[in-house]
This record gives sequence, C-alpha cells and structure tokens, in this order.
Amino acid sequence: MTTAPQPTTPAQGDGDFTSTGPLLEVKDLHVEFHTKQGVAQAINGLNFTLEAGETLAILGESGSGKSVTAQTIMGILDMPPGHIAGGEIRYRGQDLLAMKPEQRRRLRGVNISMIFQDALSSLNPVLPVGWQIAEMFRVHQKMRRRPARQRAIELMKRVGIPAAEQRVGDYAHQFSGGMRQRIMIAMAIALDPDVLIADEPTTALDVTVQAQVMRLLKELQTENNMGLILITHDLGVVADVADKIAVMYAGRVMEAADVYEIYARPGHPYTKGLLESLPRIDAAGERLNAIPGLPPSLTDMPSGCPFSPRCPYATDLCRNEMPELLPIVGEHTSACHYREEMHRGHLQTPEEAQA
Amino acid sequence: MTGYIIRRLLQFVPVLIAATLIVYAMVFLMPGDPIRALSGDRPMSDAVQAQLRDQYNLDDPFLVQYGKYMWGVITQGDFGTTFQGRPVLDIIQQGLPVTLTLAAVAFGFQAIIGAIAGILAAVYKDSFIDRFVQVSLVIAVALPTLAIAFLLQLTFGLNLGWFPIAGIRDGFVSYILPGIVLAAVSTGIVARMLRSELIEALQSDYVRTATAKGMKRSRVVTRHGLRNSLIPVVTFLGADLATMMGGAIVVESVFNMPGLGGQVFRSIQAQENTIVVGIVTLFVLFYVVVNLLVDLLYAALDPRIRYD
Repeated sequence: MTTAPQPTTPAQGDGDFTSTGPLLEVKDLHVEFHTKQGVAQAINGLNFTLEAGETLAILGESGSGKSVTAQTIMGILDMPPGHIAGGEIRYRGQDLLAMKPEQRRRLRGVNISMIFQDALSSLNPVLPVGWQIAEMFRVHQKMRRRPARQRAIELMKRVGIPAAEQRVGDYAHQFSGGMRQRIMIAMAIALDPDVLIADEPTTALDVTVQAQVMRLLKELQTENNMGLILITHDLGVVADVADKIAVMYAGRVMEAADVYEIYARPGHPYTKGLLESLPRIDAAGERLNAIPGLPPSLTDMPSGCPFSPRCPYATDLCRNEMPELLPIVGEHTSACHYREEMHRGHLQTPEEAQA
Repeated sequence: MTGYIIRRLLQFVPVLIAATLIVYAMVFLMPGDPIRALSGDRPMSDAVQAQLRDQYNLDDPFLVQYGKYMWGVITQGDFGTTFQGRPVLDIIQQGLPVTLTLAAVAFGFQAIIGAIAGILAAVYKDSFIDRFVQVSLVIAVALPTLAIAFLLQLTFGLNLGWFPIAGIRDGFVSYILPGIVLAAVSTGIVARMLRSELIEALQSDYVRTATAKGMKRSRVVTRHGLRNSLIPVVTFLGADLATMMGGAIVVESVFNMPGLGGQVFRSIQAQENTIVVGIVTLFVLFYVVVNLLVDLLYAALDPRIRYD
C-alpha cells in the first residue's frame, strides 16, 4: 500500500477503456422486479455521474432503490426476479450492461468493488478472514498462497486491525462489528479499485465506531483517488464525507447537488422534508417534523410525481405530470415542477397561497 | 479438546453396558429352548442336556448369566462359543470384512451420488435436472428396501446379467448391487439435504460477497457455498454410516452374503445368545466411535463450534 495519491489508471482489468467521459455514469437506468403481485419498478430512470476521487452520497429511505442501484452497478442483482429494463451504466466510457458476463466478472472486485452493510453475514463464517482477503490476490493476480497471505496481513494492518499477524487465521465471528467492517473494507480495496460502492457501511455499527470507519473510508479514498458511492439513509454521515448528494425516492433521483448547496438551499420538497426531520441541537425540545405517509408501492406507482401524495406543495400539475430532473443553478438539479421557487424559498403550499 | 475426547470415551462404558444388557435380555426372553432347537428331532438324553445347560450357564438366573458372560469378555477377551463349539470371535473375524466392504461400497455410493445429485439440483434449481433428481430421489426413498433389492436383482442380475445376485464369489462386483440397495434411502436423503442447504447458501450474503469479489461461479459454488452446506450433510453421513450395520442385516440376508448382518439374523433364529450379543455389541461400539468422529469432524468443519 502506498500512501501517496495515485493517478487514476484502470487497475488490473483487461479491455481498453477510453479516458473520455466520467469514471462512472448511470444513464436512464430502469430496473424492475417481476413478482407474483406484479411488476415492481425499483429503479425508474436513474441518472448520475461519478468522477475519480469524488464521493457521491446516494440518500434515501428504505425501498427507494439505493441498494438495487448498487447491486445493478456491481452486476450482482438476482436475475430473476430482477430485470434491467433499460439504460446504460458506463465505466470509463464502456457500457457495463452490454459486456459479456466473463468480461464483467473480471471488473468486479478489481476495478469496481463493494462493501456491504452487515459484515457478519457478508463474510464467510467458515473461512479465515485472512484467507478471504488473500483470495483476491490468489484469484485475480494468480499469486501464491504465502505472498497472498502476506498481502492480506498488510491490508489488515492498513485498515487498522491490531495484531494482524496473529489474527489473520481467525474467523469473522471472532471479531467485533467494527473490525469485521474493516475486514470487509480491506477485501474491497485489496486490488486498488477505481470505484468503491459502500452500501450502508456503518448502519450496523455503534456511533463511535461509525465515525472511525467513515474516516478510514475517506482516507483510503484519498490515498487511492477512488470514486466512492456512499449509500445511506443517514444525513449525518453524508454531511461529513460526501462531495455530492443524490436524493432518491421511488427509484428516481429527486435532487442532486453538492453537499453545501443541498443543505443550505434544498430544491425539492422531499429533501426539505428529510432535512426538517433531523433532530437539531438549536431546536431542542420541539417536535420533529416527520414526512407524513409512506413511500408509494413499487407495484402501483402514482401517476405524476411519486412524491405528490405526501407533498404539502402538490398541485394538479404534480399529480398528473412527472417532472424531469432539470438544473436549477449550475450542477444543482431537481425533479420538481416548482424547483426554482423551492430553491429560492418562495414556495407556498396551496393553503398558504389561498390565505 | 483432549478433555472432551476423554469425557466422550468414558461415556462409552455405560453405553456399552446398557446395550449388551438389553440385547442379552431380549435374547434371553425369547420363547423356546436353545438346547431343544439344537437337538432338533433327534432324541437327546437328559444327562447330555443337563451338561450342555451347565456348560452354557443356561440354568443360572438372567443376571448371573449376563455377569459370567461379561466377565469373560472383559478379563479374557472371550466372547463365548457357539453351541457347535466355535468361538464367537472366530465368526466375527470371518464376517467382519464382508460387512465392512458392503458398508464402504454403500457409503461411497450415497456420499458421491448423493452429493452430485444434490449439487446439480441446487445449482440448476427448477430446471429439468432438478426435477429429474427430485423425482428419482422420492422414488428411492419411498420404495421399500426389499422392493429395490428385488428390482435390481431382476433387472441387472437376471435380465441383463451385469452383476451377480447372491453371494460374494465374484469379489468386488458382488458388492455393487447390495451396496446400492443399502445406500438407496440415504442417497435420497443426502441429495435432498444438500440441495436445500446449498440453495440456501447460494442466497446468502457471503455468497453475494464472493460474487462481488469477482469470483467465477464455479468457485463461488464450491469454495463458498458448498463448504457451508456440507456441514449438516457430513453429520448425517456419519450417523448413517453407524446405522448402516442395522441395514446390513436385511441386505446381507437378501443377497445371501456371509457377513455379520446375515449372521445376526441366523443366530437370532437359532437363539445363539452369545453370537447375537457379540455382534450387536460390536455394532454398538462402531456406532459410538463413528459418532464421536462425526462430532470431531463437525468442529473441524465449522470453526464456530468449539468443544472444551
């Protein structure tokens, strides 16, 4: 492991990648699940881009399609029942969805890597953790057992596991939650991937450990100039580490902007609702403003804007016509018919307007 | 670990005492008179009968008979003699290789065929292969052992002439049909167990991780999925190897093999107390030893289990 930032080069993967275009680009992605209850539209036209060294936080509540997005990019979505109904996922200009399965497999773990939420169930219970890390080198680099094990020990040290030499043969259940997540991270960064997807990496951890793990992720990202996709429902985590935020709702990006912009001037009523539902230190003792209602059923999407049934500002236009994700200023985009007013803070509810 | 093994070995003592006592009591309680059975239609003088009864302690109360027998076993390794005067140990030594070979063939069959069928059915879940495996397994499990035995004897022995249908004169080939019959039910159980275990493992988070690490599907299945699914299957196979001795009684009788199973069957009919107890004790010993090995293997396969 070197500590100096490295230039962005495609790691060990094969195939020539054009350096034009962003590191990762998702264009109009549609993913459906075919279930007995009907077709569940998990992702409905998702768009975002990720550059090297950048952290994009994908924010959303349960069922908004965050994890499906991650799994679709990784190519580990269970198909069936999952089905990619359309769109492109471009990695260095190449469409991952058009690749042959074998070509795609060679990218997994090497160029694009992923960390899962529950490290205990995501690590193999009957294989030593060192073996599981070393497997990356043994399979992808055809390294021999001993040097691979040595590299595994180095990685365990890098992610902050004490007494790595002694613990390399231990099993997942013998580690604490934070240490397990560090092992997951070691495994994911073993081959210096360009893109790291972290799916709720700290949700299962307690708060103090959460901060340590996030700091580690951030450090590693800077060292290796990785593009990091951080999937979370925790607005607190996002504010610390993200450069850009994409707010997802019902399988769509509702609003995307850089992190300061979105906290200061949300351009979508849903984002505003999320921010208002956060406990604040300067508003102690007041009741939290939770967003009323539940996300729509994926098998029975409302016509128009999917947030309209819960939106205090919704009008007939919202209920009939799906707003597109359009820019407000610069990189700040929002999928709201009233994004300009919202952004300026002038938007009124229909009741307020009548009064 | 050593402490655990010693504790387990000590448990053998009460198990063996109980097992021999029960078997001894059951043979003792059987109606009929072994000496009469021995003499058959020929007349036997009262003096000879009395001498035989004395020689085999038949007039002693049950517990005294049992005590004398166990004393002989423990102090001199003397498992007694048959009514014809042959040492029981001699009979065991003769029959044991046959039964062990039969058990090995059956065990190999159920482990290998069961595992292959289970893996194919799980990996190609809901495909034709899966359906085919499932249906054949239901048939194998549902058919009575005797029916399978006669069916195989008729088809592969008589009609096709591929395998001998009785005895062991042709060496290893003679063991194939009886081995399959002995293994049939367990092969089905192994395959179904492995299928459901592997299907569950393939949906687990750690298999998803292995896929996300860029491992080939074959490696994901064998190294990550199978490793976990095998744990309960190995346990079952071990326990089954131990109970196979009981199955050998039926199969050896049907295929007329000179093994311990057939011997037990004949000895029960002839009320040869000493042989039945000797062989059954051996079976019980085999069962507890194999079970101990299975428990140790279990700990080796699953690092989450520790004995101390």
